[in-house]
Amino acid sequence: MSTAPRLTALDALHRSLGATMTDFAGWDMPLRYASERDEHNAVRTRAGLFDLSHMGEITVTGPAAAAFLNFALVGNIGTVAVGRARYTMICAEDGGILDDLIVYRLGDTEYMVVANAGNAQIVLDALTARADGFDAEVRDDRDAYALLAVQGPESPAILASVTDADLDGLKYYAGLPGTVAGVPALIARTGYTGEDGFELFVAPEHAEQLWQALTAAGASRGLIPCGLSCRDTLRLEAGMPLYGHELTTELTPFDAGLGRVVKFEKEGDFVGRKALEAAAERAETAPPRKLVGLIAEGRRVPRAGYPVVAEGQVIGEVTSGAPSPTLGKPIAIAYVDASHAAPGTTGVGVDIRGSHEPYEVVALPFYKRQK
Amino acid sequence: MSNPQQLRYSKEHEWLSAVEDGVATVGITEFAANALGDVVYAQLPEVGDTVTAGETCGELESTKSVSDLYSPVTGEVTAANQDVVDDPSLVNSAPFEGGWLFKVRLAEEPKDLLSADEYTEFSGN
Repeated sequence: MSTAPRLTALDALHRSLGATMTDFAGWDMPLRYASERDEHNAVRTRAGLFDLSHMGEITVTGPAAAAFLNFALVGNIGTVAVGRARYTMICAEDGGILDDLIVYRLGDTEYMVVANAGNAQIVLDALTARADGFDAEVRDDRDAYALLAVQGPESPAILASVTDADLDGLKYYAGLPGTVAGVPALIARTGYTGEDGFELFVAPEHAEQLWQALTAAGASRGLIPCGLSCRDTLRLEAGMPLYGHELTTELTPFDAGLGRVVKFEKEGDFVGRKALEAAAERAETAPPRKLVGLIAEGRRVPRAGYPVVAEGQVIGEVTSGAPSPTLGKPIAIAYVDASHAAPGTTGVGVDIRGSHEPYEVVALPFYKRQK
Repeated sequence: MSNPQQLRYSKEHEWLSAVEDGVATVGITEFAANALGDVVYAQLPEVGDTVTAGETCGELESTKSVSDLYSPVTGEVTAANQDVVDDPSLVNSAPFEGGWLFKVRLAEEPKDLLSADEYTEFSGN
């Protein structure tokens, strides 16, 4: 990218904390502050604080907002109650995944769509084009919000100490407007770590005040600032897909094992319906490849793009791989031929720079929190 | 961070200790360790291997990437640090001390290495 990287409202703060920064989808983002393994473990056992302001917020309003989103997205957005959220996807006419999204219903006729940073413009353009003929308005709110996340088992106690909002009443995949540390915020119980936690959408000018208040409130409970490096290993252990790795325009939700997000039973037509019906049938009768988990027997780490092998043949490809701090072993998510996708399939390996390292095939996720 | 004065440095971010009885110790610099992030796996050359200055002789894996390990000198490996193999995080916590990687009996006088001050300027740290 030739243009200067975009900076979040917390950029100066990250630098003062000594963060190692990285380019992510055109944004300069914290990769880690100190040890990414310590950050990962803090989120699993205590709490971590993330700046996720690169995520792309798009607001949809109007009398036909629900009908429009039902047409533009693959999920049944019409059934989402006010104050609740839904994981969904936006697909191309050919069924290929343009992005995975979270849609929050903020009011009777108001929704917030949160897209991945790297796809936000694509999603905005697609929604704008698809809104033609609907009594609904699509608004680019990417600059209207900073996004902070508090994730980990201590996060409810930490957040409760700086807000009067009813967190006990706030269920997983719900969101409500409130005040946190004196700052107006949309408080959502969502995340990308496999832990309990919250995402706080606030005006950028309030981001630093909120960050400092959460840091102070979390200090005695082990909260530390966390970067994108541990966010990636946390979501990988939790078996959550990452766009550009497990999800691409070349794949339909059915290819990614996420056909459940496609709601054929909803009212009216939607973009990609015909292609997705065919994809659903294909997935049922003759799935080409399936998304599986791989756990290393050795210590060498599989990386995205490495071939998965069995009996000397390439039978798949790694989409994400990393050393798992929780398991203490390298893990990977990979697409493998259906014939080798069953958990426990023997003789499967990953070609790590020419040497075939043995791997165990497992069902996803690698990690599930105790509730 | 500061780079110890008694060491010499390569542009691939390895350090070489003073030579004692023809043998010198090799590790990676603190700058390199910080750039890698948490090291989770170290593949080191084995005792008896011949290593060549400027050529790869192993690899270091971190959370985000794998990096080739270059030898700053030519010679025969006389020791590999088993502590690092068992606990690669030593490379991060003590890159100039307990996180050393291997020892080499030098076959020739090291060339093209930098002083601490030169390396500090080269790496910007």
